[in-house]
Amino acid sequence: MGFYECYAVYRDGALCRRVESTTDADVRRVLSKRTLTLEDFLCLLSPVAGLHLEQMAQQAHALTVSQFGRTMVLFTPLYLSNFCTNSCLYCGFNQTNRIVRRQLTVAEVDVEAQAIADTGLKHILILTGDAPAVAGVDYIEGCCKVLNRYFSAIGMEIYALSQADYRRLIDVGVDSLTIYQETYNEALYRRLHPKGPKRDYRFRMDRPERACRAGMRSVNVGALLGLDDWRRDIFFAGLHAQYLLDRYPETEIGISLPRMRPHVGGFQPGWIVEDRHIVQAMTALRLFMPRVGITISTRESARFRDRLLPLGVTRMSAGSCTAVGGRTDEGENPGQFEISDERSVPEMAAMLRRSGWQPVFKDWQALGGTVGGARG
Amino acid sequence: MNTENATDFLTIGGQEFDSRLLIGTGKYPADDLIPEIVAASGSRIITVALRRVDFAATTDNVMQHIPDGMQLLPNTSGARNAEEAVRIARLARAIGCGNWVKIEVIPDYKYLLPDGHETVRATEILVEEGFVVLPYINADPVVARRLENAGAAAVMPLGAPIGSNRGLTTREMLQIIIDDIEVPVVVDAGIGKPSQACEAMQMGADACLVNTAIASAANPVTMAGAFAAAIRAGRLAWLAGPGVVRAVAAASSPLTGFLYEQE
Repeated sequence: MGFYECYAVYRDGALCRRVESTTDADVRRVLSKRTLTLEDFLCLLSPVAGLHLEQMAQQAHALTVSQFGRTMVLFTPLYLSNFCTNSCLYCGFNQTNRIVRRQLTVAEVDVEAQAIADTGLKHILILTGDAPAVAGVDYIEGCCKVLNRYFSAIGMEIYALSQADYRRLIDVGVDSLTIYQETYNEALYRRLHPKGPKRDYRFRMDRPERACRAGMRSVNVGALLGLDDWRRDIFFAGLHAQYLLDRYPETEIGISLPRMRPHVGGFQPGWIVEDRHIVQAMTALRLFMPRVGITISTRESARFRDRLLPLGVTRMSAGSCTAVGGRTDEGENPGQFEISDERSVPEMAAMLRRSGWQPVFKDWQALGGTVGGARG
Repeated sequence: MNTENATDFLTIGGQEFDSRLLIGTGKYPADDLIPEIVAASGSRIITVALRRVDFAATTDNVMQHIPDGMQLLPNTSGARNAEEAVRIARLARAIGCGNWVKIEVIPDYKYLLPDGHETVRATEILVEEGFVVLPYINADPVVARRLENAGAAAVMPLGAPIGSNRGLTTREMLQIIIDDIEVPVVVDAGIGKPSQACEAMQMGADACLVNTAIASAANPVTMAGAFAAAIRAGRLAWLAGPGVVRAVAAASSPLTGFLYEQE
């Protein structure tokens, strides 16, 4: 049974009705428990639980500090290519958007890598659009060989690959995969992805598990908050993370909470996700899964990110740029979305230290080549 | 039996240490707290995750905060199997972190539980290569015995899951390990309060490794001092030989008193 079958058990309307009927007593009972079930997690996502945010935050903070310490792993995204064959309505790289299409050469990757490495970061996240004919696995492999010289950990957030291709990239140093389902509402997903390979909902849903099977060290899932009811999408993202945690205990499972940002194309999010909703989602996730990694990107404002620090976050991006070649190009190039927190790496590190958090630049050491791990 | 702290050394890998508290580096709000924590704890052995060490040291680096004279105990955090642990240990030695290694093989990210079988395999390989090996294990007496036979310099059973601060929830198994294993037993993980560390020492443990409980305290430096005092007290109590604890009062002899009755 894959995750789709697990998801199908919960996808109908009964779920939402349960969220609505949660009582204050239910929430109090859940908050007094040591370990939470899936039903308890759902209870913490309810509107009623929103009245208990301070207690949820206190508990999430205590759990996070005991599990991860007062530390924050920093990373930065590197956009390799914005060529795309998809038409995702909410994305700046949508193939119908008239933007300058650009792809870094391997030599340019070297220049950008050097610029990023000079900030002290050791964790890099590479991103592309979905255009395998232009930015194929060979190309990404070539980029990774360059990036290995500068970084101790390479994450990727690219188009969906086969298990064999995940394995290929693991062998050249990729240790983490981020792939969002965007929304777990299947009908909405089809509307938002009218064309292109990404339209295949189930194929995409199956990728995190494929990466686990390929031996990926760390796998991050998530939903783009604002496309659908956030409670529903966070529940399914949590279910997805739990599914992977239970089946692939040797893989570090993470979850991200990306919220819709302005971008080229002018798509308006269907749902408004407020700051307090992000806080509720994050603290509920932490209480449900004490060991799960939680990432907050520069999509969020500096002020909000500073406030989120103690609530469960374990990884943050810094010094971000969502445009291809944005760190070294002269001209203006629109990115995938607008960044909100524009602080540099030294500024982020200084903020963390002031707040009593240790910025961690390096949290993995590439061991070179394959060492077990693959299965299936 | 010796009650003099000055001569009651912890001996691991042929070296003597005048502190029985081992400390960590991974969870502090800032690495520059490390020297103060070392001073307050009196600790002589400090563990550091190789995954966190930046060899190029272009930025602030954990290594530069560890005072000279500390015995460095690199750990293999992040290893999921014996091969990865062995590679990390070799890498640590190659970059000058010495030949001590704390083996952590954790194939379970959900609870961070160690894999006894893979830990034994890694220990066999690394002992053969001349490492002083301190393996982190579940409180499993059978695994502890295998590690001792494989040449481990100490064993490090957990008191409770890492980061849980729940204390000695594995008490019964810890006691068997303490009673049966010849090499030093260092209780590692799960100790949340000084009183729990004290209890582990009273049970006869040779040392405790404390990281989360110190790092997550409101005042880590003061807490480091509290753990040092608790561990000294527990050790002294063990050396002194605590009196027998009785479940019932012992004033009379209802079952054998008849033996002494006059006819």
